[in-house]
Amino acid sequence: MKTRRQSKRYAMAIDLRRCVGCQTCTAACKSANATPPGVQWRRVLDIETGEFPDVRRTFMPVACMHCANPPCMHVCPTTATKQREDGLVTIDYAICIGCANCVMACPYDARSIEHELRYAYGEPMKSETARFDPQRLGVATKCTFCKERIDQAAVTGQVPGVDPEVTPACVNSCISGAMHFGDVKDPKSNVSKLLAETEHFRMHEELGTDPSVYYIWDGGEG
Amino acid sequence: MSGPPQVLDRVSPRLQTNWDARAAANFICGGAGGGLMLATALAATLGDKDLRPLVVIALTLVGAGLTAVWFEIGRPWRAFNVFRHASTSWMARESLIAPVLFACGGAAILLERPAAFVAAGLIGVAYVYAQGRMLQANKGIPAFRQMSCVHMIVVTGLTEGAGLMAVASAHWPSLLAFAYLLAALLVLRYLAWRSYVANLRSVGAPTGALDAFRAIETGFVWAGHAAPAVMALAAGVGDIPLLAALAGALAAAAGAWFKYTLVCRASFTQGFALTRLPTRGGGKPGAGVKPGWTQT
Repeated sequence: MKTRRQSKRYAMAIDLRRCVGCQTCTAACKSANATPPGVQWRRVLDIETGEFPDVRRTFMPVACMHCANPPCMHVCPTTATKQREDGLVTIDYAICIGCANCVMACPYDARSIEHELRYAYGEPMKSETARFDPQRLGVATKCTFCKERIDQAAVTGQVPGVDPEVTPACVNSCISGAMHFGDVKDPKSNVSKLLAETEHFRMHEELGTDPSVYYIWDGGEG
Repeated sequence: MSGPPQVLDRVSPRLQTNWDARAAANFICGGAGGGLMLATALAATLGDKDLRPLVVIALTLVGAGLTAVWFEIGRPWRAFNVFRHASTSWMARESLIAPVLFACGGAAILLERPAAFVAAGLIGVAYVYAQGRMLQANKGIPAFRQMSCVHMIVVTGLTEGAGLMAVASAHWPSLLAFAYLLAALLVLRYLAWRSYVANLRSVGAPTGALDAFRAIETGFVWAGHAAPAVMALAAGVGDIPLLAALAGALAAAAGAWFKYTLVCRASFTQGFALTRLPTRGGGKPGAGVKPGWTQT
């Protein structure tokens, strides 16, 4: 599959040295996107390695990687999964049939399908009723990089990753400054500069997905 | 760093739950139906029997598989959207091949011309191939994404088709020659199985996937291949249609068992891996981790 030529490509850089596993990004995502119980578009993995006394805990925030070569889009039989010019991978809930082919194709466990309504405490709270979106039932859902905010940037002239109003909720919420967002096609963007001065990797690059999330592990300020 | 990583979250591969027995039924029935269509086409070109009931059975199998998967999708009333993305999606291609298969099968039933049978048989193989490629395109499931998985799906479909023909020989003894074809395909499927599992081991796979295949290996190989192959050969040599039918049923059941295991038991996700552990403070980066895999 060929990777599309893009003038912009929004990406996330996550400094694993800074992440403390507080799950604030997880909570911010749930709050911003009103995902039902059991569905986490973003979550932080907790990996403990080594043997006493040489042990480590590593925290790794994961979500949709908005791949440049997204397997989910290629397998989607309906064209519900699309890729925007700015690199965001989107789902059209009005077209998706909930076949789960995209869920199986995603190597990042980023997609979910909820077949029935679920509430945190059995009965719906007012907030859950108010924010319920019937379009999301029975279809694939995932992290959108808060695309409504990014779209707002085109209207206001603000810069995603710099101005909080047009930056993904998880990035805004990060207490340790581990998460960064911006356009990697722009060499002057915050993310491009950060990646230029640090050592990083991308998850499962060997699968050819060309993910848009970079994990920093060394170099630079730390 | 030494010692296996302690996993405190969904880091390791886990068994997917989105495709269950209904999805497996599509691969089981679709593969058997497509394979039976090819075998019927072959038989139609070799003799003057009225094999239209077999075409009906093949189409019924394919239809049953599609119906089963229709009950699984989240938005069944939008099912026709499935045809929209044939440029890259093998699921869309499989869905587009299905009506062509029904049209060719219908033509074979109505016109009873060998050409219609042959067309239906070839489309039947295309249907099985599309199913294999659909699985292979799923990069998130290591047991699916190997090319050897496509080989296994196609050979299994053909074996099931020959197996069902052997079953049909109980009614049409002149079809007993298919017992030899069944034996040959069983050998081929055994080799494809060996190649598939060896391939999974060599490239690395979630341990759960290999455990799932290890759990069926003895029965699959002996009851699903060795026994029916011997029975099919004995049936052919001894002219015993009922023995051929039993061999065919065993071979088809083993194919279904494999596909159920593949879709519902071995379909572990990729999980997560760290190429290296991050540097913290004045420390050094640690070695990478890949929990739940046979190879790191």
